[in-house]
Amino acid sequence: MKAKRKKAEKIFFNSEKEMPLAPMSVGSMSFNLTGAWRNIRPVIDLNNCIQCGICWKFCPDTAILIENEFPVVDYDYCKGCGLCAEECPTKCISMVEEIK
Amino acid sequence: MGNHALSYGAMLSRAQVISAYPITPQTQVVELLSEMCASKVLDAQFIKVESEHSAMASLIGAALAGARTFTATSAQGLALMHELLHWASGARLPIVMGNINRAMAPGWSIWSDQNDSLSQRDTGWIQFYCANNQEVLDSVIQAYKVAERFSIPAMIILDAFTLSHTYEVVDVPDQSLVDAYLPPFQSAFRLTPDEPHAFGGLTSPDHYFELRYKLQKDMEKVPEAVEATGREYEKIFGRYLGAVDAYQVDDAEIILVTSGTAGSTARVAVDLLRQKGIKAGNLRIRLFRPFPFALVRQILSRAKKVAVVDRNISYGHHGIFYQEVKSALYGLSSVPVFGFITGLGGRDITPETFEAIVNYTLAKNQPEEEIIWIGVKQ
Repeated sequence: MKAKRKKAEKIFFNSEKEMPLAPMSVGSMSFNLTGAWRNIRPVIDLNNCIQCGICWKFCPDTAILIENEFPVVDYDYCKGCGLCAEECPTKCISMVEEIK
Repeated sequence: MGNHALSYGAMLSRAQVISAYPITPQTQVVELLSEMCASKVLDAQFIKVESEHSAMASLIGAALAGARTFTATSAQGLALMHELLHWASGARLPIVMGNINRAMAPGWSIWSDQNDSLSQRDTGWIQFYCANNQEVLDSVIQAYKVAERFSIPAMIILDAFTLSHTYEVVDVPDQSLVDAYLPPFQSAFRLTPDEPHAFGGLTSPDHYFELRYKLQKDMEKVPEAVEATGREYEKIFGRYLGAVDAYQVDDAEIILVTSGTAGSTARVAVDLLRQKGIKAGNLRIRLFRPFPFALVRQILSRAKKVAVVDRNISYGHHGIFYQEVKSALYGLSSVPVFGFITGLGGRDITPETFEAIVNYTLAKNQPEEEIIWIGVKQ
């Protein structure tokens, strides 16, 4: 299943006058698809998922979304760190080598 | 003492978050503030930290959440904060900090010189150098006013021991008057769950340049704002604090340029010289960053000779105020500028020091050395 997340537009200011004072919400991370950095990808076996939400809570990149009450990986941003697989209490997430 | 003047300044400004690590000669600033917080005289969060780096880091978080913040440090402690000084100004957080000028080690020293704060020249902080303890207290209140208006952090700088540990009578203004002068901090932007933002994130070459341009453009407005807020302060409290403090300069042929407490000693020398018929004057630079170019040019270009007295050195170059004054006068005036270095590591600066400086300046048409050292044991 592919995660359905609304992708933000790249933020681009044409003039310094439009810009905030401080570097805030410059939008760099929404268009920066860090999923390309990944060597191993988490694959969730939903048959053993108990819907505890731990993977969603632990993901440092908020790359796990809850859709229809089950976790879905957003591969556009998941860097493949494996934290979700490590923390999953039923071990239903396995890290699989990326084949490009 | 100057240290307590800083604490009272922070108290009257109603600082909401204070985070600091003790270091001689600054320790009493923190000591008194922690007592004030414990006894609820000051309603502030006091965060104990394990280093100056953490002190500044925690204030960056607090200021981002919209709190008025205060800390104080000295020498090696300030150097340890260096990375986060850039962060505070880049994130446009009006943190106010006291720094007691203490010589950098080694040799280990607790005595005064300005190399610690002047090493932070390019971090994007406003810097005020104080001449007495009343000015220390007043400067904290004024610094919040200016810093919060432009979202730029500010440093109040005072000499170790000469101010930090010396008792003087200081008028502690009425809280209600300070409240009228300095309303609660309204931050231009804020870290809040109601309106989520990411702060300080990766900023591409598309935008970084403009953010720095905006910081500089706002910095350039500070000298005038210091004058204006100083006048406003004078109306309420009867004491004026400007970007520079000039003494007997109107008809002066020789002007001694100083900063910090050396200015008071220079004025003793100016009076002695005037008794001898020499038209001397003193320009004390209070605001070092941003540099008050217009005022410095206006006052110094009238003089026949200018002698800059530095209690600091940029190794391989000159005294740092000397560089600044020369750059301010470049192309505008042919007045010879003499650069003196004295008082490093807390070596006393006395009227005799100024006598030697004035004698040299009077005797020569032009400085004969890049640096004229006063007081080196030969």
